[in-house]
Amino acid sequence: MSYFRVEKLVKKFGGLTAVDEVTFEVGKGEIFGLIGPNGSGKTTTFNMISGVYPPTSGKVVYRDREIQGMKSHRICHLGVGRTFQVVKPLGRMTVLDNVIAASFSRVNSMREARGAALRTVEFCGLAPVREVLARSLPIAGRKRLEIARAMATRPELLLLDETAAGLNPTELVEAIELIRKIRENGTTIVIIEHIMHVIMTISDRIHAINFGQTIAEGTPKEVAANQAVIEAYLGTDYA
Amino acid sequence: MDVFLQTLVAGILKGGLYALIGIGMTLIMGVMGIINLAHGQLMMLAMYVTFVLNTMGVDPYVSLFIAMPLLFMLGVAIQKFLLNPLMKVETILPENQVLMTVGIGMVLTEVARFVFSSDYKYITTGYADRTFYIGNISFSVALTIAFVIALSFTAAMFWFLLKTDLGRSIRATAQDKDAATLMGVNTGRITVITFGLGSALVAAAGCLLAPVYYIFPDLGGPFTAKAFIITILGGLGSTVGAIFGGVTLGLAESMGATYFGMEYEDIVGLTIFILVLLFLPGGFKRLTKV
Amino acid sequence: MKKNLYQLILPAVLALLPMAVKSEYFLHLMILFLLWVVIGSSWNILAGYTGQVSFGHAAFFGVGAYTAGLLFQHLQVSPWWGMALGGIVAMLIGLPFGAICFPLRGAYFALASLALGEGIRHIATVAEGFTGGMMGIMIMPTFTSKAPYYYIALGLAVLSVLSIRAIINSKPGYYFVSIREDQDAAASLGIDTTLYKNISLSISAFWTGMAGALYMNYMGFIDPNVVFSLHDYSVMAILVAIVGGVGTIYGPAVGAFIMVAFQEFFRTGFFGLFDYLGKATGSPAFTALSGAVRQAHVLGFGILVIVVILYLPNGVVGDWEKIKRNVFRINPAG
Repeated sequence: MSYFRVEKLVKKFGGLTAVDEVTFEVGKGEIFGLIGPNGSGKTTTFNMISGVYPPTSGKVVYRDREIQGMKSHRICHLGVGRTFQVVKPLGRMTVLDNVIAASFSRVNSMREARGAALRTVEFCGLAPVREVLARSLPIAGRKRLEIARAMATRPELLLLDETAAGLNPTELVEAIELIRKIRENGTTIVIIEHIMHVIMTISDRIHAINFGQTIAEGTPKEVAANQAVIEAYLGTDYA
Repeated sequence: MDVFLQTLVAGILKGGLYALIGIGMTLIMGVMGIINLAHGQLMMLAMYVTFVLNTMGVDPYVSLFIAMPLLFMLGVAIQKFLLNPLMKVETILPENQVLMTVGIGMVLTEVARFVFSSDYKYITTGYADRTFYIGNISFSVALTIAFVIALSFTAAMFWFLLKTDLGRSIRATAQDKDAATLMGVNTGRITVITFGLGSALVAAAGCLLAPVYYIFPDLGGPFTAKAFIITILGGLGSTVGAIFGGVTLGLAESMGATYFGMEYEDIVGLTIFILVLLFLPGGFKRLTKV
Repeated sequence: MKKNLYQLILPAVLALLPMAVKSEYFLHLMILFLLWVVIGSSWNILAGYTGQVSFGHAAFFGVGAYTAGLLFQHLQVSPWWGMALGGIVAMLIGLPFGAICFPLRGAYFALASLALGEGIRHIATVAEGFTGGMMGIMIMPTFTSKAPYYYIALGLAVLSVLSIRAIINSKPGYYFVSIREDQDAAASLGIDTTLYKNISLSISAFWTGMAGALYMNYMGFIDPNVVFSLHDYSVMAILVAIVGGVGTIYGPAVGAFIMVAFQEFFRTGFFGLFDYLGKATGSPAFTALSGAVRQAHVLGFGILVIVVILYLPNGVVGDWEKIKRNVFRINPAG
């Protein structure tokens, strides 16, 4: 059986079908890219997987267990972590406290949580700013904090939602490095990304959607050459 | 049967006034995202204005045209000098503006007590006690006039919100403040106008209620409670819902008073509130989608 | 080090106070102050730390008071047992209430809590056979002196503040603040937001109920309009926390001190100063002023709410730096 898969996932908001029968499978240890133009339903897919809202229909299967419709906190405890595209720092807490709060999902004592959080902060390169209030971080720091917080819940499957958007070239390189490092630790990653260069270098396989429907899937090379993908991104005129 | 019909009529007539109170509240709720816990106190103030004018021989329905602009200006001042400054203040509690309205309500009540004492005041008019009959059902003249005027104000409000530029700006701000700002709406000004309008509407309700009710400083609190039950019933921020909510509360109250006894009038409102919370969170808005 | 010293000296001073000060009136004020430390801190853990603003803490206070009073009246159970139970009953009222309101987002909790307070007041008034209605409940006080009550109140205040501090510095505390800061983020970090809001509410209701039961024991008389009063309890609880500092451990204690002093200032007409001046000078103006100040009690509260929210939204403790800068003109840089 596959490690993680979504089957015919559908989400309707009133009359609008945001995600329409999306199906894909992710193998253990893989970095799996999810691409598509704005409003194509990528974040909606993430929200269904992570339990922000239930799918209208379809299944989410994680380690042979159907998790669709479960509450966010339970999904987190099962080992699925996520970051938010629109970052959600716990503003009036320090960076370290943000991560400690996340560490409490795995340990109960303050001492252990603090120890784990310190390691995670170090791992994600946030050690120099750990006593800074989260709301006063610049955007690159906030994106990093999203990752650190998700990592502190010790996910086996990590959903990254546009963690590279808004970063400058140096920060981009650092971000890619961090994501690779996370994979080397044995975490499976599903990543949504707009910056083509990032997603193409980092992903093992890519799944492309448009208007909520699957248009292509394959290796980065295959997807980049796919007619439907080029049309979706550049418009039919260029194809 | 007659008792039932009589109760129904009384409830609907009262409901018209409640709708007027509710619309003011819901406008403020929609645009600012806060519940105005001084709403009933503003109405109380309008009733005292009516009372003072009445001692000078002015008819309550004429004093509408004085109380409404006065309360509009008071509402504008409250929003401009007390509520809007809070948006720039960095605090832990998002409910600071609501707390502010609690403080405003307290001040209004106590100022009224200082000036008018706690005694009950009555307005004497030639028509307050008069009734007319359709079949066996009696209609209070004052309440019927109030109902008609309340209805016309409600209709005017709808026309204003749907057809005028200012009305559209208000609706846009209510839907998405940030987007409205980006589209060039001066949302700061809109909030000020909205609070003024809400105050003026509840002032109208006060003037209409004054001939058939007694006036005392503490009546603000219970009416704030009614306004907020109406708003919850209607779905926070929904104007159509506020009308439904107002009529429902009016009906429920008069049914409760007829069939259970007068002392249960207030409990009826609270029961509705709890039922809505349990079974229809989101209020009528969930059913009507407006 | 300096801070530790304060933590030793302050309780010591408070413990020795009744031996040094023999004034019953002063002890009475201190008991009120300590009760408000408990209520303010309880409100603060729910609103200041968890972000769920309650406009109905009078419900928990009143339920605690009525638990103690009714146990005595109907079953002749010592009202001191009632004190332990008062907290638990308040908690039991809070649980179904939280279960209904917390899954809903937005202003619902604030509104529903307001309705809860008013609703229970109505019930206590209408259920005459059980609660005595407007007649209230009267019990004989256990002690004639105020000192024992003072020590019990002190114990309750110290216990509640210390336990709340311990909670805030551990896992639930981190979860409370996470929920306050961003509910979606909190949920994604494995936090059962509904559960932890309920835990916060339970702790808050428990201590507030205990305070209510102590109030019953101490005052010997309650009626619905006293203990379920919106202004005197629900709003005062908010004020105590805000004036002192929302979301700080010791803020509510500071706020309690200020608010009790403020209340007493109005109740006594500037601590009897105006009366005294009236008598001394024989001028009726002072006597009139004294009367006016007494009447202006609620007005003063209202104005205080407005001023504090406008200028000190984070309270004396939270805005301490700002106060130092603006009031004492101390500039840390220069």
